[in-house]
Amino acid sequence: MQTNFTPEQLRDPDIKVSNQVLRTCVHCGFCTATCPTFVLLGDELDSPRGRIYLIKDMLESGRAASEEVVLHVDRCLSCLSCMTTCPSGVHYMHLVDHARTYIENTYRRPWHERALRGLLAQVLPRPKLFRLALIGARFARPLRGLVPRRGMFGKRLAAMLAMAPVKLPPSAIERPASHPASGPRRQRVALLAGCAQQVLDPAINQATIRLLTRLGVEVVVAEGAGCCGALTHHMGHHAAAMAAARANIAAWSREIEGEGLDAVIINASGCGTTVKDYGFMFRAEPEPWRSRAARIAERALDISEFLTRLDYRPSRPPPGIKVAYHAACSLQHGQQITAAPKALLRTAGFAVVEPREGHLCCGSAGTYNLLQPDIATRLQARKLANIAATGAELIAAGNIGCLTQLAGGELPVAHTVQLLDWMAGGPAPPGITQKSVITQK
Amino acid sequence: MIELPPPKPETLAARPRLIAGLRALVPEDGVIAEALCLKPYETDGLAAYRQVPLAVVLPETTEQVAAVLRFCHENGVRVVPRGAGTSLSGGALPLADAVVVGLMRMNRILDINYADRYAVVQAGVTNIGITDAVRERGFFYAPDPSSQLACMIGGNVNMNSGGAHCLKYGVTANNLLGLRIVTIAGEILEIGGTHLDAAGYDWLGLLTGSEGQLAIVTEITVRILRGPEGARAMLAAFRANEVAGACVDAIIASGIIPVALEFMDRPAIHACEAFAHAGYPLDAEAMLIIEVEGSAAEQDDLLGRIRAICERFDPISLKVSQSAEESAAIWKGRKGAFGAVGRISPDYLCMDGTIPTSRLPEVLRRIGEMSESYGLKVANIFHAGDGNLHPLIMFDANDPESFHSAETFGADILKLCVEVGGCLTGEHGVGVEKRDLMPVQFNARELDQQRRIKTAFDPDWLLNTAKVFPLKPDIAHAA
Ligand code: SF4
Ligand code: SF4
Repeated sequence: MQTNFTPEQLRDPDIKVSNQVLRTCVHCGFCTATCPTFVLLGDELDSPRGRIYLIKDMLESGRAASEEVVLHVDRCLSCLSCMTTCPSGVHYMHLVDHARTYIENTYRRPWHERALRGLLAQVLPRPKLFRLALIGARFARPLRGLVPRRGMFGKRLAAMLAMAPVKLPPSAIERPASHPASGPRRQRVALLAGCAQQVLDPAINQATIRLLTRLGVEVVVAEGAGCCGALTHHMGHHAAAMAAARANIAAWSREIEGEGLDAVIINASGCGTTVKDYGFMFRAEPEPWRSRAARIAERALDISEFLTRLDYRPSRPPPGIKVAYHAACSLQHGQQITAAPKALLRTAGFAVVEPREGHLCCGSAGTYNLLQPDIATRLQARKLANIAATGAELIAAGNIGCLTQLAGGELPVAHTVQLLDWMAGGPAPPGITQKSVITQK
Repeated sequence: MIELPPPKPETLAARPRLIAGLRALVPEDGVIAEALCLKPYETDGLAAYRQVPLAVVLPETTEQVAAVLRFCHENGVRVVPRGAGTSLSGGALPLADAVVVGLMRMNRILDINYADRYAVVQAGVTNIGITDAVRERGFFYAPDPSSQLACMIGGNVNMNSGGAHCLKYGVTANNLLGLRIVTIAGEILEIGGTHLDAAGYDWLGLLTGSEGQLAIVTEITVRILRGPEGARAMLAAFRANEVAGACVDAIIASGIIPVALEFMDRPAIHACEAFAHAGYPLDAEAMLIIEVEGSAAEQDDLLGRIRAICERFDPISLKVSQSAEESAAIWKGRKGAFGAVGRISPDYLCMDGTIPTSRLPEVLRRIGEMSESYGLKVANIFHAGDGNLHPLIMFDANDPESFHSAETFGADILKLCVEVGGCLTGEHGVGVEKRDLMPVQFNARELDQQRRIKTAFDPDWLLNTAKVFPLKPDIAHAA
């Protein structure tokens, strides 16, 4: 597609990249059909191609972001379905990340927006703070009836209160530690212990560590590593995202240079997409950061990807459970991992079914369900209906955001890795009672 | 930039009143009027041509479409219908004084009748959306344009779209049973029904392929077919474009009708393989995708006979797909072909002409020669079985010179198609792109007759004007 940047503008490294992305787009419109917001809203402006056009115009003009552009870019889930569909290989993710930072730098949001975004950016990446907030929210749950149901403010507040689990799991934040392999050590990996996930469901990390150590892998939770930076990155808070990423890069680089690392394992695929992009995020940083970031990005693997390289075998008899595999966008679109989780679940003995419209986002999308509750709720309902139609008894997914979004419906949810660990000798995932399983048999 | 008729000053002057009037006819966010938000609507799949419209309206029902058209008619305002905006001939290119009526919100499937094998859908349902809705019961909707993932059935009707499998199943016109249309005066009419061949004149035939110039189609009754027992695709790799072209002709001449017979040349093979990872032969100059269907025995028999024909043309390799996944990847590559060319060139013009298959080798050779003399690369991708060519001329839109040569080169290819006994358009429609070439195909009287049909439906020429016919009748007469 034609672009109109001045040579002066093109000297800006970010504009240079975005210009490349824009020039790759041939405006064919294939991506529109698989974009969740276009499917729901039926407006070119809420399609990838329309957003690309709006962003192009904003960047070319060099003007501050306008209210209209902000509206339509904010509605983008960053689900990256458009990237899977695009035949031309347009890197929409880098373009929209640039646009989000540009918006944060040039657009002044209304005060309540700023307050909410500021709050989320402060709280979510900090496990202890987030846990406290959830406890507060739990006490506030009975007050839900008082929250105004109309207006964005009320809807967002309601969405936040709904997110707080009825029963908060006991605090089990992973401390920096090394979990030795049982038996001879075959590999050594670092696990991204993450931020929000371990508060909402610490059992996921525990299952990951059990499963890996059982398979002969030493698992390190590195000192100094924390949030991957995705939460703030997607809000356009560039500096905060870079700081979080830098801390991780430093922590894991120490491990690589020390005892060595075969991989950096991520069990929240939303984080995985970001860690795999560290090389790009640090492309203009001075050495040694640039090459360190690239080295980490190369080693980053989703847990399902890594498990296919090991010899995973169940030790329990097949459970006879029909599992609906929900493909998290960050896994299927962001990292193009589609076959591995399903194959592993089948190896574990589950009957795996795939809901229709599997390419569409469930509406979780990081903080999206809190910031855009209307669209998020519609996508959630659509997803749950498609899952229900499969007749499955359980939902499996590889991302905490999706698990939270899909929980609370008719069916129990579990992380893929919890199910794999269970069949290999671990405990049944919380919420999935043995009883329900036995009756299903 | 393409010439468009001058906007009517009275329409431009009345803009605020018109927009307020439109807002009263459709739900709240259904009228787009801010300059910035109109920009993404300035073009479609032919991004080289652009024009920001007066406003965009997104109705949700046939009644709203009727109200909008009545309003525009009363106010003498031009209207441009739009579906997914995937037209490669600029069919949805706006005018400065036109209201774009986007049908994207009309995306519901209204009725499916398996016993009588039809489905009633709104115009904004995607082509693949119809098949998706009936797939579980073993049915499908046959015409499959490459953009079937995104393009909408309303647009397919207006362009009489084809697709790879039309070799066996026919184009859109052969798969329609009925339409609900809205005339420019805002009348809602029903045409055809739920069975083949309605009584009276064939209005369905007239409306199909009318490029949004006679009425706006809002609901469509399509035939759905039971899927074949099975299908298999074969990839045949050849040493030269002409050789592959000759092989196509030999297959068709033998009387075998594969369900699809597609051609791709070297640049296309490489671009598509990078997207689809389908195992395309990267060492070939040209490749055919040949698909057969039926029972396993039928498939074996057909593939055996096709293989024997291919072997006469010294193929580099012949490979039959071994699994459903492999076939899916083969088609993913072919269907994404135009977009995939974006990997090797920032811009392209996608041509669409039809020729007798016996002239394929010659036409391919001459396109190659033109490519040399214009200094512009071409990727050839097309429905070889029915002689529908899609040469993609690669250029750089940031260089006006290069765009200009691409346009002239494209016109030369289409003239060549007519010269060898073919026609200007296979399935993309005339749109704005081939408008000025119409006199190459039709004489003045023929064009005049067609104009009179348009006038009968739309006396003031408000619906999708500036397309299909050369702007100035005298240009046509002179030709
Ligand atoms: S599919 Fe790719 S090339 Fe086509 S419009 Fe979308 S982003 Fe652009
Ligand atoms: S990332 Fe998702 S929501 Fe955003 S434009 Fe792409 S497909 Fe649409």
